[in-house]
Order: sequence, then structure tokens, then C-alpha cells
Amino acid sequence: MELIAFFVLALLLVASALVVITNRNPVTCAVALAFNLVAIAGVYMVLDAQFIGLLQVIVYAGAIMVLILFVIMLLNLREEEKPHPAGTFQRVLAPAASLLFAVVIGRALFLSAPSSFPEKADGFGTAASIGNELFMRFYYPFEAISLLLVVAMIGAVLLAKRDVS
Amino acid sequence: MEILINFVKIVTVFSLLMLCVSIMTWVERRLSAIIQYRLGPNRVGPWGLLQPIADGVKFIQKQDIIPAEAHKLFYVLAPALAVVPALCAFAVIPFGPTVEIFGTKVPFVILDLDGGLLWAFAATGLGVYALVLAGWSSNSKFSLIGGLRSSAQMISYELPMALSVASVVLVSGTLRPTQIVEQQAGSFLHWNIFGGGFQLLGFILFTVAGYAETNRTPFDLPEAEGELVAGYHTEYSGMRFAAFFMAEYINMMTSSALGITLFLGGWQLGLPTRWLPEPGWVLWGAQILAFVLKMAFFQFLYVWVRWTLPRFRYDQLMNLGWKGLLPLSLANLAVTAILVAYDLVGH
Repeated sequence: MELIAFFVLALLLVASALVVITNRNPVTCAVALAFNLVAIAGVYMVLDAQFIGLLQVIVYAGAIMVLILFVIMLLNLREEEKPHPAGTFQRVLAPAASLLFAVVIGRALFLSAPSSFPEKADGFGTAASIGNELFMRFYYPFEAISLLLVVAMIGAVLLAKRDVS
Repeated sequence: MEILINFVKIVTVFSLLMLCVSIMTWVERRLSAIIQYRLGPNRVGPWGLLQPIADGVKFIQKQDIIPAEAHKLFYVLAPALAVVPALCAFAVIPFGPTVEIFGTKVPFVILDLDGGLLWAFAATGLGVYALVLAGWSSNSKFSLIGGLRSSAQMISYELPMALSVASVVLVSGTLRPTQIVEQQAGSFLHWNIFGGGFQLLGFILFTVAGYAETNRTPFDLPEAEGELVAGYHTEYSGMRFAAFFMAEYINMMTSSALGITLFLGGWQLGLPTRWLPEPGWVLWGAQILAFVLKMAFFQFLYVWVRWTLPRFRYDQLMNLGWKGLLPLSLANLAVTAILVAYDLVGH
């Protein structure tokens, strides 16, 4: 059952990711990306990480992608007529990055065996277990990240306000 | 067996929701007529009660128009994207206690999830796509402005809504709706809005934000008839148009059901436990009836507000959301957090 769900989700993930990079219509790409993010949430659900899966939908698909779509519509972007010519930078870096990615994935595939994954603990993936981990074990990194986010937010407001004064 | 029970529950809730939608279209028009000293639709059947059926037949017969320059796929997809998340969100609402049928315990909720509240938010969050895509794919300036407004409005009002829900979560210490309802047992003074959590302000914020999230007057700017014809669904006709309406009414019901669950005791009767009869069909029936009556009151409130208040201007809408509701809900959250930290409230 889990295996079937995983393969269906994986197929949807790869297909929607391909649409994101090949389609010439920015709105179609954005919607395909949103679909992709929801499918990733489905993979989290299959892995019993319910809380993360739901947050994935709320934050990425429900908020961030809507804002991206909002901007695309506001700019009234039309379909691209011809593909962008690739610069030398891309010609060199793209194959190198793909090769690196392939090596990482290949290594992970060869080294991992089903036995190397620990059994999941009781209450795995629930809000309570994640809250405990976050506020007990990872308290300082969590606070550091929230500080970083506040700094980014203040920076954005400052940049947007610069002309007014 | 479990699959069968779940299937029955899904079919029952789905058909009841759809029935309520059709009744609501009638109630909306009759009530608005009474408020405006008119008669309203009263020709089809007794008191015009068969009007929804006549409307349904009309919607199916109408020509399905797709504008020439529209983006076909998204234009066709948008109405479905509106209805499906709206229906999904209702799955986590407990509409009755756990009852015993022939020795099997059957909880009256479709999906009893640990992160149930998040599920409801995820589903309503995805509902925005329907409005945005409908507005964009129609290739009409009225639709586009409606779609843009809806995305900005729903993102803005999701924040105070989520923060007021977070206060309730602080008080009850769980994201599971069934558990939140069970904590509010006993006298109505134990409901989260009163003594259970002192969330009166939270409840008001939640309700106001809920009106904005469901695009109801005074926050119906995405469809503002006076300036945008019909906003994001200007170009739609027939059943596709009806689908947007269905989604709006289902969203209204989900939003009020969520409010009832979080603040008003869900299906609890609000009476001290010693006054209640032994658990049995009398009690369970009364509790389900209590839920239905609470829902009915909030649907009435939606209609009442719609035909009483004028529509906000766009800048007023944004000011209210960001400068009014958001700081208030943050303050509410902070005060609740302090109260919970000192064990003054909480279950």
C-alpha cells in the first residue's frame, strides 16, 4: 500500500518538476511547482511525518506559491516566445552540478539498506514529538533561526522604505 | 468493516453538506428579502422551498461558455479546485460524540488526525488557487483584479485567523479537534470562549477573519459587483459558476464549524454533566442536534451580516487586517501564553 502510494507520488513529483522547467508559460510553471510541493507533502505523509507534511502544504503551497503566483499575475507576464540562450557560465556549471547530484544520489542508493534505518519511535511525526525536539534539544538553533528571520524581515522593510524618507 | 463505516460517514457528510448548500441558497434569498422588506422567491413549491431544485435544473441546462482567449485547462480546473479543498477541510470536524453501534465504537468525525487543525488550514489554504486561477485564466480584466484581490485578502486574513486558533491550541495543548471538544464538556461556562480559555477576543477575531476568508460581505471584494461585475467568476456560466457558489457555502459551513469546535464546545450541550442522561441515543441525538443548531445560528449570522453591512474599501480592508486584527491577535496570543504559563487557564 505504502509502496503504491510512493510510486504514484514519485511519478507525479517527477512529472510536475519536468513541467516546471520545460513549460514556457510562467503561470503553468508556478501551478506545477505548487502541485509538486503538495506531492512532496504526500511523500511526508507516507513516511508518517504528518506534522511536517501538513506544514509543507500550509507554508509552501498555501502561502509562498500563492504570493509567487500573485506577483506573476501582477506583472502580467506572457508566454516566452523562444528559449533563453544558455551562456558559457551555464554550459559549464549545469553539467558539473548534474554530475555532482548524480554522484550524491548514487552513493546514497548504494550505501543505504533497509536495515540501516532505525525503527520509528512512539508518537513519531506528531506535533508533540516535534515540539519537544525543537524546544528541548534544538532550542538554540531554533532561536538563532528565528533571529535570522527577524533580521531578514527588518532588512526587507528597510530596503522597501528607502525612497520614502 | 472500518472501510465501510468510513465510506458511510463520507457519503453522509457529503450529501448533508450539499443539501445544506441548496437550503442555504434559499435561506439567503428569503432572509435577505425579509431584511429588505420584500418577499423573495416564493413561487416554486411551498414558501419557495423548491427554488434550489429549479436553480439546479437551470444551471445544468445553461450553455457552458469558455471565452475564446481563456487558458482552457485552468479555466476548467478552477471550479473543481474551489469545491474539493472546501469539502476536504470539513473532514476533520467532529460533528458528534463517539457512539456505539452494535458494539462497534464509531466516532462522528471522518478524519481523526493528530494535526487536524493544520489539515483544515492546509485545505483552506489551497482553496485560494481556485480564485486566483479563475481570475487569471478568464483573460478578462475584471476577473484578473478579482483574482489578485482574493489572493492578497486571503493571505492577509489567514494570519489573524491562525493566531487566534493558536491561542486555543495553547489553552488546550492539542491540535486534535475531537480532543478539543471533549475538553469543553460540562457547563457552557467551560467552553473555550468563556471560562475554558477566556478566548472571547480570539473568537471575535476568528469570526471576522473567517468572513474575510470566505469572501463574504463586508469582505467580498474579490467579487464586488459594483466595480468588478462579478470579480473572479465574471466569465463563468452554468454549473461551473454554480461550483464557485457551492464552494463559498461549504467554506462558510466549515469556517463556522471550526469556530464552534474551537470556541463554543463543538457538539457539547453546554449543560453540567450531572444533568445529562445516561450515554445512549437520547444523549447522542441531542448532542448532534446541538451541533446542527449552533451551525444553523452561524449560517443565519452570515446572512444577517451580509445584508446589514456595506462592503469595505480595499485600503480599509488591508488596514483592518494588518493594523487592526493582526496586532490584536498577537496581543491575545501573548496574554494567553502568559496565562497558560502561570497555569491560570488551560485544560
